[in-house]
Amino acid sequence: MGEIPDADGVGTVGNPVCGDMMTVHIKVKDNRIDDIKFKTFGCGAAIATSSMVTELAKGKTLKEAMKIGRSDVADSLGGLPKVKMHCSNLAADALHAAIEDYEKHKGTKR
Amino acid sequence: MFLSEENMPKAKRIYMDHAAGRAVDARVIKAMSPYMASLRGNPSSVHSFGQEAKQALEEARTKVAELINAESKESIFFTSGATESNNMAIKGVAHRNQHQGRHIITSSIEHMSVLNPCKFLTTKGFKVTFLPVDQYGFVDLTNLEEELTSETILVSIMYANGEIGTIQPIQKISQMVHRKKAYLHVDATAANGQVPIDVSNEGIDLLTISSNDVYGPKGVGALYIKKGVRLEPLIHGGGQERGIRSGTENILGIVGFGKAVEISRAEMFTESERLKKLRDRLIKGLVGRIPHSSLNGHPSKRLPNNAAVRYSFIEGESILLDLDMKGVAASSGSACTAKTLEPSHVLRAIGLKHEEAHGSLLFTLGRRNTEEEVDYVIRIMPEIVERLREMSPLTPKELIE
Repeated sequence: MGEIPDADGVGTVGNPVCGDMMTVHIKVKDNRIDDIKFKTFGCGAAIATSSMVTELAKGKTLKEAMKIGRSDVADSLGGLPKVKMHCSNLAADALHAAIEDYEKHKGTKR
Repeated sequence: MFLSEENMPKAKRIYMDHAAGRAVDARVIKAMSPYMASLRGNPSSVHSFGQEAKQALEEARTKVAELINAESKESIFFTSGATESNNMAIKGVAHRNQHQGRHIITSSIEHMSVLNPCKFLTTKGFKVTFLPVDQYGFVDLTNLEEELTSETILVSIMYANGEIGTIQPIQKISQMVHRKKAYLHVDATAANGQVPIDVSNEGIDLLTISSNDVYGPKGVGALYIKKGVRLEPLIHGGGQERGIRSGTENILGIVGFGKAVEISRAEMFTESERLKKLRDRLIKGLVGRIPHSSLNGHPSKRLPNNAAVRYSFIEGESILLDLDMKGVAASSGSACTAKTLEPSHVLRAIGLKHEEAHGSLLFTLGRRNTEEEVDYVIRIMPEIVERLREMSPLTPKELIE
């Protein structure tokens, strides 16, 4: 939990209006996710999925991490109620957004 | 998992979600027990077994009539609870009186069991006005006056709102409604047992109450229908409850309801004064000690047991889970607890932004809550809020530092 001040990629998804918002910070080394942290505004499921996605992604190559999907996060938590799947979607999306942010800025000074 | 009193963990467990459900009072259980053991007659039967049941039914009816100062026990009709009573009042009056007009007025902060029957009626050719409320949740009386027409047959306004605690000026509303010759239905589910309700003096034509809100068993309620008010029944059958609500009466539940009402009537004043003190202590502790927090609803014109607060930058359900881990049961007005992801219509109607509504939290106190429990909740809250704010991307940096 938290932020990485010199992050290589940052992904933010959701918005406070619908009740869930997440930010994922990643640090990339040798094409792998070396460090990852999250910040979440949302219900219990939103916090749990954020935490889980950081667990799942840490140490993975970027390609592997891009494959972590919504259902992987939910399954790793032992399933989520149907109404909460919306929150679960966000966690994987935030990770992907952070990786895309990294790819976009790769080689440029942040 | 259900935890009975015996296998309850030793850790502290504090229940402050009385708006959602209440334990049945031990004295009510005691009153119900003999009936559970030996009651077999049907109150409609002629024999002595039937007459015993009939007597129990009518005693309970008298007690309910006394609680709300109804003109006679014949104005009390037992139902399966507040949802049925609300449906019966709204759809029943609409269908029976549509030759007089097809306009209904209600407020935007009613319970779903009022709002949804009203919405349903719009599909059957009725026009429904949903009155806005101010920041405290009070219905705008000027607005009501303007909306009342000769077409208006029914106005349905709640006595008090369970989510924000606001108590409506029912007597004033009644005077306006009656000047236009419409009926006034009042959903008193949240208010019943906490504030004295007097249908005769306050000018109420139909009143919804339920048993669990006065520590009676769930699944029982009543609708008061003033003598002379005409409505169509929802349920047709053997003509029980004077033809208004068919189906053999739930005697056991009704006996419990009657006892609960009797206790409530005797103890309401003392208990409400006690709860008000606890409520104000809780509100002061929850709002006063934590920055960026506010009270939902009106500071004084609110239900004695209702402490509704909100915290910026964090979401209600995550607060609930943290509270639950520390043994405290409360409720949130927020989306994720409900079946939809929309925040509470009540909190939106009092003008809260989505994110403010999402950060709302509701404590509803009851008979067993103590000052010690209130102080425990006040003590643990700052840490919970702080932790979740640290986690939230919405929290301003300077607040964390």
